[in-house]
Amino acid sequence: MHEPLIQIQNLTKAFGDRVILDQASLDIHRHKITAIIGKSGVGKSVLVKHIIGLIQPDSGDIIFDGKAYSQITAREFSAIKDRCSYMFQHNALFDSLTVFENIALPLREKYRLPKKEIIGRVQTRIEQLELDEVAHLYPKNISGGMQKRVALARALITNPEIIFFDEPTTGLDPIRKKTVFSMIHRYHEKFNFTAVIITHDIPDIFYIAHTVNIIDHGKIIFSGSPVALDQSDNPELFVYTHGHEMLVDDLTKLLNRIALRQKITTWSTEKSTPMHMVSVEMKGLRKLVDFKGHLLGHVFIKNFAKFLQDKLSADVCAGLFSQEVLVLVARNQDKEWITTTQEQLTDFFTTPGIQQFCQANHLCVQIRGLVGSANTDPLLALKQRLTSRQCV
Amino acid sequence: MKKIFALPIFLGELSLGVLKSTGQWGVFSLSALANAVYLRTLWQKILYNIYFIGFKSLNIIVLVAFFTGMVLGLQGHYTLIKFSAEGMLGVAVALSLVRELGPVLTAIMLIGRAGSSISAEIGIMRISEQIDALETMNINPIRYLVTPKVIAGFICFPLLTAIFDCVGILGGYFASTLLSSRSGIFFSKVQSSLMVEDVTGGFIKSFVFAFIVMTISCYCGYYTHQNRDSAGAQGVSNSTTSAVVQSCVYVLIADYIITSFLM
Repeated sequence: MHEPLIQIQNLTKAFGDRVILDQASLDIHRHKITAIIGKSGVGKSVLVKHIIGLIQPDSGDIIFDGKAYSQITAREFSAIKDRCSYMFQHNALFDSLTVFENIALPLREKYRLPKKEIIGRVQTRIEQLELDEVAHLYPKNISGGMQKRVALARALITNPEIIFFDEPTTGLDPIRKKTVFSMIHRYHEKFNFTAVIITHDIPDIFYIAHTVNIIDHGKIIFSGSPVALDQSDNPELFVYTHGHEMLVDDLTKLLNRIALRQKITTWSTEKSTPMHMVSVEMKGLRKLVDFKGHLLGHVFIKNFAKFLQDKLSADVCAGLFSQEVLVLVARNQDKEWITTTQEQLTDFFTTPGIQQFCQANHLCVQIRGLVGSANTDPLLALKQRLTSRQCV
Repeated sequence: MKKIFALPIFLGELSLGVLKSTGQWGVFSLSALANAVYLRTLWQKILYNIYFIGFKSLNIIVLVAFFTGMVLGLQGHYTLIKFSAEGMLGVAVALSLVRELGPVLTAIMLIGRAGSSISAEIGIMRISEQIDALETMNINPIRYLVTPKVIAGFICFPLLTAIFDCVGILGGYFASTLLSSRSGIFFSKVQSSLMVEDVTGGFIKSFVFAFIVMTISCYCGYYTHQNRDSAGAQGVSNSTTSAVVQSCVYVLIADYIITSFLM
């Protein structure tokens, strides 16, 4: 990969006693879309505002196109700012100027272009962003979505090399959010600018970003491609990649994929107590979700999880091993636990209502038991056992 | 032990705070003046600010000036008649207005009408990130927002002071016509006693007051976000109050200093 356009090196910033950035380092590559995600108040905007010079760091440095901020003159920094554009979280539109004047402002104040050219360029952006009908209105008289588009038009009007988007979809409805992201993606393809997007919109941002950076406790805890992030087994990152599934986990009280795997690994290392597992493979569940909707699949899992609640304890847990496999894990001396659990699960799936539901939706359920062994990897053993075919 | 040092610590922090804000105001004001070299690119904004600070304040200045002149006429007549010197009423009214009341009352009226709104406007721009937006666009916010207002202040304050003086003298004359049949002597005494130095002194004051009022009003709004005690709308409210109070106080202090030099 080429040398990064912007390198943030060990940036530290504290407001009073509160340390916001603690030796944060990050690379932003030319012509790429870089996403910065993280929980609210962790310093995403503070990090980016350092690049544009709105905030000065306590320590650390930023290298922009080979030039360190600590060593450049005011004139050189001004030249860097001319290459950048910033779209604020709350738009920061000038409330005493009309939409047209807001978009034209950077051209009027910075470039002193002929009036005709300014009007032409602004009009082009207005048409591209479908703002024709509101061009003469003041920002307070237009909707939040339109204000976002005005802010985007203002950010794009000078054809900048780098655009910083500070939570561009905050306060927008899901449809508008997608529109804004697709708009950024479309304009990025068209103008080939370098984009830095601060956002909470997961997983939408993964579809347009080339690099994702996660900031937490003042540090960058992950930096890589969205695919690498999605495939990561790091439990710290799970909340960012599967945050949308956590509500479901909370509702069903089942462990998520990462937590279940961690539990199996932990219990298998405690050799004093044997570990038993029962897997329930629900073949066809994915198709059910695909063809009949996510909610129907969720209702099925929720009812199954409700049935499992009586069986869970400090030594028995259950979770989704994959989209179609649920695993019950126990850590006890009871040699009959696997058989008893298999029988109880069989009883559940053979109750008339559930059986009818499974038949109607082409669900094939396999229940398998496995005793944990100190000599084998329990996760690997589980995967191997899931290959055989036996339906109840 | 802590209580013993509480007062020195408080005084020390207060002194440092005052020094810091005075230095910051000094740099801010000098920066605003230095940006006046871009006059050619700022003339549209200056014109707008002349309209806002000057023209829109005209009616209130005329009204206040007229009644101030009338009150001076009434009070002067009441005092001078005791010495059988009511013929000197024109001199008393004109000198009071031109040397003192004209510049000071004009400044105080403009603090209330323009200074407060300038502070609130810039303060709101600060809290709504509009000033940050200017910085990200590489547009100098002081040049864009403050310099035109300061230049407009330099133009409007002396002009409005001149209008205040004229209307005030007319008000004094009107009062004298109501009170005495010898009102004709009013203007002849004004003409014979009013010197160029008196008028110049008044204008010097108005220039200084323009600088104080405009820079303090803009400064209080510009640094709204540095308010320790409040933020957001309350911060803007405090900045506006602070701008009005500080401007009034510094105008009166400056008035005393200038008067002592001009005497």
